[in-house]
Amino acid sequence: MLNIFKLAARNLFRYKRRTLLTSTLITLGVVSVLLFISISGSFKALMVGQITDSMLGHIQIHKKGYLASIDSLPLNRNLTGKQIDKVVQVLAEEDAVEAYSMRIKLGAMFSNFIETTNIRLNAVTPTDEMKTAPLLTDRILEGEKENLLKAGEILIPELISKGMKVKVGDGIVLVANNKDGSVNGQNFMVRGILEGISGPGGRDGMIHINDAKSLLRIEAAEVSEIAIRLKDIYLLPAVFTSLQEKLGSMKNKQGMPVFEVHTWEKISPFFNIAKMIDLMTFFIKIMLVAIVLVSIMNVMVMAVYERINEIGTIAAIGTLPNKILSLFVVEGFLMGVLGTAVGTTISLISIAIMNATQIRFDFGRQTGLLLSPTIGATDVIFVVVIVVAIAVIASLQPAWKAAKMDPITALKHV
Amino acid sequence: MSVVVAEQLIKTYVAGDIKIEAIRKVNFSIEPASFVSFIGPSGSGKTTLLNMIGCLDPPTAGKLQVAGQDITSLNRQNAARFRGEHIGFVFQDFNLIPVLTVFENVEYPLQMVQSWPNEKRKKRVMEMLEAVGMADQARKYPSQISGGQKQRAAVARALVTNAKLVLADEPTANLDKETANMVINLMKQMRDEYKTTFVFSTHDPRIVDNVEITFVLDDGTLHKLEKSAGGDHA
Repeated sequence: MLNIFKLAARNLFRYKRRTLLTSTLITLGVVSVLLFISISGSFKALMVGQITDSMLGHIQIHKKGYLASIDSLPLNRNLTGKQIDKVVQVLAEEDAVEAYSMRIKLGAMFSNFIETTNIRLNAVTPTDEMKTAPLLTDRILEGEKENLLKAGEILIPELISKGMKVKVGDGIVLVANNKDGSVNGQNFMVRGILEGISGPGGRDGMIHINDAKSLLRIEAAEVSEIAIRLKDIYLLPAVFTSLQEKLGSMKNKQGMPVFEVHTWEKISPFFNIAKMIDLMTFFIKIMLVAIVLVSIMNVMVMAVYERINEIGTIAAIGTLPNKILSLFVVEGFLMGVLGTAVGTTISLISIAIMNATQIRFDFGRQTGLLLSPTIGATDVIFVVVIVVAIAVIASLQPAWKAAKMDPITALKHV
Repeated sequence: MSVVVAEQLIKTYVAGDIKIEAIRKVNFSIEPASFVSFIGPSGSGKTTLLNMIGCLDPPTAGKLQVAGQDITSLNRQNAARFRGEHIGFVFQDFNLIPVLTVFENVEYPLQMVQSWPNEKRKKRVMEMLEAVGMADQARKYPSQISGGQKQRAAVARALVTNAKLVLADEPTANLDKETANMVINLMKQMRDEYKTTFVFSTHDPRIVDNVEITFVLDDGTLHKLEKSAGGDHA
């Protein structure tokens, strides 16, 4: 086999310019794909991180039907004390869960004593919320970030701050209906201004959960949602399945499901953008396959055509057809390996340079996001294997033709 | 035992509705260590006959035995294997592999066809290169040597496997007179040394003068040309 490799390598070297052109084409394809995967992957990871780590968490648990009516923030679909206990018990069994935060979501009237507007609020326990959404404090544009907030304080969204000219330290009043319809009001001091981000809850304000309970006159334990942060986002499918099995299957006395469990993907519209990025990556890979297939096949067809007499000679002196086949397949294989090796090296160096130069970009209202392209070994191995495999497949037809060539006809060829 | 035995050998080509009888019921035998030529005008069937003896083209009918084996019904794979084991080829255009050195060209059948062990193979190749006077050119590529040297390398490649039979199709056609004589002498010397049978298809009178047996092919039929005592053809 080593001899076949030696002979194949020399044949490639014999047609230096053609080998160089084909390998360069493969190299360009590999570089494009690997850089696209790394940059789009970095963008995706950054955006997913922003969404999950500053707002949604990785998984959310609600009472069945809550999510369908989340626009009206229904208080009659909150989880009860008994249900919360059950969830806490289940979460305690999950090693992959790093933290969770209980939230009451509510709508209220926001008044600065001059004008009034509507506001959507998340009421949280600050310590739990900071563990579950560790990037939340990064969204505080003005005001103290430490410990998030205390009872009697409110974080208001940037839009309301600007629209109603409310500053940090100002007093405001919140007026809310409880689930029975009675109205209550409470004074708050503006602790900070929250940057809005795209997606559900991205423009909500925030108060302490105890303030929400007093404002809504909730006496028993009651929450709208439980947001969960995992130790590693890659554990998401496994934990989701496990929670779905344990909680999703739980039924009430009427035989109806009690809980609904959702991953961030189900809740955030960004997931569709992430899916689109994956789809684009897939098509870029298809293009790479096409480049390799066409270029290798073209060059191997030419190689066979130009060496017909030589094929006749080696066939005449007793070279078995399968060895002739191997010879041409190995030529395609080597070209694939050469293009992939150079392409992968260039890609990895480019990724390192991009990380070293700290490229920043803007996305929507978010500015100065740091691009940190990375590429996993799995992606590199996948691209390498695909390219080399396609190179071999593309060589098969010309190689087969060479192996099946009639020695007499081949020897007559000039 | 004869190296080649042909009985009632027929080769017919079919082109559309037309049947062309290239070889018509020929009978002949070739003894070991002989120097034999097939001569005849163009289209008489010389190359066809040589191709059949070389297992490159199966006969349409009749019996053809080479090195004691009936080769009439060998499939493609077995024919290739048989050629690799028993037959050497010398071509008009030398047909050395351009990306291999002279040494590697001679080594090729031992390495790619017969899988000889490394040391034994190298020793054998050097032995053959010395025998054809090409040892000092071993590291050169075919493009770096003359036509005569290429043909000597080709003879070494044909003999390196201890082939019982070497088929040479117009081996001197592309050589000048002096080089052609040198190559013919070399092949004769190799025949004497290794007891290999050389079968030529040729127009070259220098080869015909040197061979012991000449078969004349005319329109697919064969007859043996007897040599007179003085060396003239009868």
